[in-house]
Amino acid sequence: MTFFSRPICIVALGSALAATTAFAAGHSEKAVADAVKARHAQMQMVGYHTGVLGDIAKGERPFDSAMVDAAAGNIAALAKLEHATLWLEGSEQGAVEGSRAKSEIWSDAAGFTAKFTDMQTAALALVGAADQGAVGAGMGALGETCKACHETFRGPKN
Amino acid sequence: MRLIWKAIGIFAVLGAGLFWLITRPAALPDQVAIGHTADAENGALVFAAAGCFSCHAASDSADKTVLAGGHALKSDFGTFYAPNISWGPFGIAEWSLPEFARALRDGVSPEGRHYYPAFPYTSYSRMTDEDVADLYAYMATLPADPTPSRAHDVSFPFTVTRGIGIWKLAYLSDDPILTGDMDETLLRGRYLVEGLAHCTECHTSRDALGGIDTTRWLAGAPNQSGDGRIPDITPASLDWSVDDLVNYFTTGFTPDYDSVGGSMAAVVGNLGLLPESDRTAIALYLKVLPAR
Repeated sequence: MTFFSRPICIVALGSALAATTAFAAGHSEKAVADAVKARHAQMQMVGYHTGVLGDIAKGERPFDSAMVDAAAGNIAALAKLEHATLWLEGSEQGAVEGSRAKSEIWSDAAGFTAKFTDMQTAALALVGAADQGAVGAGMGALGETCKACHETFRGPKN
Repeated sequence: MRLIWKAIGIFAVLGAGLFWLITRPAALPDQVAIGHTADAENGALVFAAAGCFSCHAASDSADKTVLAGGHALKSDFGTFYAPNISWGPFGIAEWSLPEFARALRDGVSPEGRHYYPAFPYTSYSRMTDEDVADLYAYMATLPADPTPSRAHDVSFPFTVTRGIGIWKLAYLSDDPILTGDMDETLLRGRYLVEGLAHCTECHTSRDALGGIDTTRWLAGAPNQSGDGRIPDITPASLDWSVDDLVNYFTTGFTPDYDSVGGSMAAVVGNLGLLPESDRTAIALYLKVLPAR
């Protein structure tokens, strides 16, 4: 080989390899990063509405049945969001900055879906809660569903 | 030349003898909690505070009382599998109370071998005789399970458990970390945090030998078993009020209504079984920690 053709060969092969890997990777970096942001937004909405209920249960906000029903209904609606656009392959913790998604989300997809169903059930149970006490009791059950999903499917803070 | 080899030989034997001496396991106590009537009801609370179920129940088990073992704890030194500690022949039914106490507080098996500190005896070393006796009485009421304990996945030199004897000289102590004037509630908080609840085992960083760096007490650590970080819970980072903390320990909700998860979910579940005064004591302890 001439003096230059060996380094040129190495660069060419290396680039081909990198390009193949990138092609095979699936979703683009931007796509998975955006999906992680969207999931965080979904959870922030859940947290906001849980706060409405929680403040009522704690007595920091006056009991208002319309607000209770709206908050509970919104949490149930958030629990029903379809997974296909949000939980993209390759968006687990370690693969994307900020993600805390554990790989069990994909290896145990049925279990993951079941947790959202439990959340929806617990949220719907709060619709029509008659007083502060009932909201408190319902919050207990809702909190258990949050905890159960996070225990298995969410990793530690980054 | 022969003389040099003789000298080396003598020193080697002396060295081995010295090593054997300083790594010897703690002796079995004669008696534990003399005159104390074991209280299995308190034992159930000790069981909750110490979180035995969280490691010793089978990974996929929802039943908090079947301590079949098998749960994997990944670390820089290998993967450890929690043993079966159910009350049966595959577990600990044949252990005496002194053997149980020595296991918990000195990290020594009934056969006289050192346990790996993946078992947090460096925290349990602070347990009182009475709590050990009560826990023993409670565990005797739990069901037996026939799952054999799984061998740890550890490579040489960590397979030489005798070496842990040296490690213990540096890292096994029952000295309190937080000292000074403390009322009963703070003392209880200290006993729970530094002892039974063994918070430091996750929340404090470790040095190269895997020992807790007490100069960074509860200031957070990388997750030993995977991604992410276990948070700093000293006042340097934790600005929650005592009420916020107690509410979190009771409901799992943070002040902004995020919910606890990961390994902490089981901790919150266990803390919920204790009297509220215990959760308050833990919160008060955390608030008086020096910010690091």
